[in-house]
Parts: sequence; structure tokens; C-alpha cells
Amino acid sequence: MQLAIAIALGCCALGAGIAMIAGIGPAIGEGYAVGQAIASIARQPESKKDVTRTMFIGCGLAETTGIYALFIAVMLVFVAPNMFVRLITGA
Amino acid sequence: MKKRKTDAPSAAEKDAVTPAADALASDPAACANVTADCAAPAAESAAEGVVSPTSAPISSAPAPDAPAPRRLRDRFIDGLLLVLAALPFVACMVLKVLTTPASEGVEIHGAQVYFTIPMPIQPLRVSEAQVVSLAVVLSVLFLCLYLTRGLSPRGHSRRQIICETVVGAADGLVRDNMGERFAGFAPFIAAVMALSALSSLSSLLGLFPPTSDLNVVGGWAILVFILITVYKCKGGIGHYLKGYLEPFFVMAPLNVISEVATPVSMTFRHVGNVLSGVAISTMIAAALDGLSKLVLGAIPFLRTVPLFRVGLPAVLSLYFDLFSGLLQAFVFAMLSMLYITTGFPEEKYLERQQKKRAKAARRRAKS
Repeated sequence: MQLAIAIALGCCALGAGIAMIAGIGPAIGEGYAVGQAIASIARQPESKKDVTRTMFIGCGLAETTGIYALFIAVMLVFVAPNMFVRLITGA
Repeated sequence: MKKRKTDAPSAAEKDAVTPAADALASDPAACANVTADCAAPAAESAAEGVVSPTSAPISSAPAPDAPAPRRLRDRFIDGLLLVLAALPFVACMVLKVLTTPASEGVEIHGAQVYFTIPMPIQPLRVSEAQVVSLAVVLSVLFLCLYLTRGLSPRGHSRRQIICETVVGAADGLVRDNMGERFAGFAPFIAAVMALSALSSLSSLLGLFPPTSDLNVVGGWAILVFILITVYKCKGGIGHYLKGYLEPFFVMAPLNVISEVATPVSMTFRHVGNVLSGVAISTMIAAALDGLSKLVLGAIPFLRTVPLFRVGLPAVLSLYFDLFSGLLQAFVFAMLSMLYITTGFPEEKYLERQQKKRAKAARRRAKS
């Protein structure tokens, strides 16, 4: 019983860690977007306001996949263990 | 100088109101939609409702240049409204302090369920998220009532300038992003933004931020989804349904999925950001707790003092609570504007209107 619970908890933690690999994508994407925004501001400083606003919206959109992964990781860390333990112990 | 500064926004206000009124008059259905949808987050629209009538009779009612001495009653009502704006948050904090079960250390849990109401299908659970979001709605409502009190066509009170700036900014944002046709959406968008931003910021008071609950943001996203669908149907329901079969009829299931994905992704984006902020700041608080225990553990009397939890988490909450919450409010509003505008089939709609008008003219000629 204890072994089963330990395996379930360990796998939850491992799964959360693996899920957060998805954070790589948004990080690269946002870095690229911000870099391009800075380049365009350097070229046309008068368009700073528009570029910054658009960049923030773009970053918010690019974050989405990372947020999905984070959501799953949070679920795996905080919600799933209780559920599995309850399932295994039959309570 | 100050007077000119005041006059400029009110003139801009007048300009802003008239085209909007024209646009809405030519499109009564849209007007009905907008008002119906604004009824739920009534706060901002209440502000709008108070603003527009006052800015209309600019020429007819010349106001006295010197501000009249403010009476005691006015001042009392002002104070009352401000207190009423702050009261919901205070009430929520008291409720939270009274109902939170005592626990050891730092932990993360969902919204606390206060009580359940028996309902036919499923018991209705009234949780912290609902209570705090209602408090936010009430607070915004009273704040708007406070800001829009005593508006005058030539007023130059500080309050009026703030008010005009906010309304002008919302109007400008909607006009820039949605175009002249959808200018009537400004109250709705402003209401969504204010609700979302204040809900996220309520975590600064130690309350449960309603935006970290899937149900609250899901409700907003469903509201926006209904709006999107209604505006997609403006070109005729047949045209809307045909949109699913493009480019081939085989793509229909994928199109349905992408349609459903819109509210889902909007919800998850907003909730995920706020929730991750809450989770990370809680974990940091726990870690700092452990650190201070490690450092001060050997000293007998200082053992329980959370030394590192004083002040340090506040710096991090600048990003996780303030910046992220406000940015997500902005992104949510921008996306709803974008989806509504891009979904609207303008050519088809104009075509239909023209056909309708021709039909009506023919009928009139016949009779």
C-alpha cells in the first residue's frame, strides 16, 4: 500500500516536472518577440507606444501554451495526489 | 490654463457621444445587444449613463464659472459613497478572517465554500470567489457613482477630469481597435477590464482573487463567446453555418473545435496567469518561512518570528499580482474586441441591410 502511494506521488511530481518542459517554447517565442520589438523601437522611436502595446498583447498570447502546461503541473502537484491517495486507500 | 484643459476633454466628449449615438441609431439591434450585455456588469455602464446626458446640453445650460460652495449634504453623500466603495472589501476581509480554519504553515487551496443552496439539478455552492467578485462589482458601482456625482458641462473639478480621462481612454481604445461601428462597445469593454483588474488586485488585500477561479472567468468568456456568435450571425444564420464548412465540408469538426477553443483558451490564459501568481507567491512565502526558521531556529525567543517574510514577498507580488493581473485584464479585453470585430461579416451584413431596406421600400410603394 505504502509503495503504491509512494509511486503515485512520485509519478505526480515527475509528471509535473515533465509538463513544465513546455515552458521552453513560450520563453523562446517571447524573447524573440521582445527582441524584434526593441529592434523596431530602435529603428522608429516615435512608434514606441504602439509597438509596446502590441508586444504585450503578443506576449500574452504566446504565453498560452506555457500556461496550459503550468495549469496541468499545478493540478498534478496540488490536486492529483489527494485523488490518487484516496483512490488507492479506497477511502 | 487649467480651464482650457478642462474644456478640451468635454468638447472631445461631446464629439465622441454624437457619432456613437448616430451609429447606434442606425443599428438599433446592436444597441439593444450592447445594453443587454452591459446590464450584468452594470457598474461601468452606470457611469456611462451618467456621463452622456450631462455632456449633451453643453450649449443650452451655461454653468457658473466659479464653483458653487459645496453643501454639507453633498459632502456627506460623497463620503458615504467612498465608504460604500471600500466597505465590500472590508466585509470580505472580515468574512475571510472569521471563516478561515486555523492551519499550520502555508498551504494552497481553492476557494472556500461558504454555504450551499439546494437546487434541482445540483446544489449551488456559494464560494469565496462569488462573494469577492460581487464585492468587486459593488465597489466599482459605488466608485463610479462617486466619480460621476456633480458633473457639470464646464466643471473643472478633479473628479470630473479623472472621469473624463477614463471614459475618453476607454472610448479611444475601443474606437482604435474595433472601429466606428462598434463604438458602443466601450462601456462593456471598460466594465470587463475594471472587473478583471480589480478582481486580480483584490489578492493584494489578502483576499482570494476571483480571477483565479475557473468558474468566474469562464462565465465572462462564455458571455464574450455569446457576443461573438451573435455578431457572427448578423450576416444571416445560413451564412454563419456555412462558415463551418469552409474550406471543405470535411473540415467541419475541426472548425467546431476551433470555435469552442476560443472561450476555453481565453479562460485558461487568464486563470492560469493569476493562479500561477498565487501559487508562486505562496510557495515563496513558504520557502522564506523555512529560511527564517533555519536562521533563527537556534535562538529561543525569536524562533517563531518570520523574519524574511516581512517585505520580501511584496517585491515579488509587484510582478505576479500587479503587473500580471493588469496585463491579463488588458489582454482579455483586447482579445474580446478582436474576436468580435473579426467575426463580424461586414459585407454580408451590409448586403442584408440593403436588401431589407429595399424590401421595406417596395412594401411601402405597394401600400
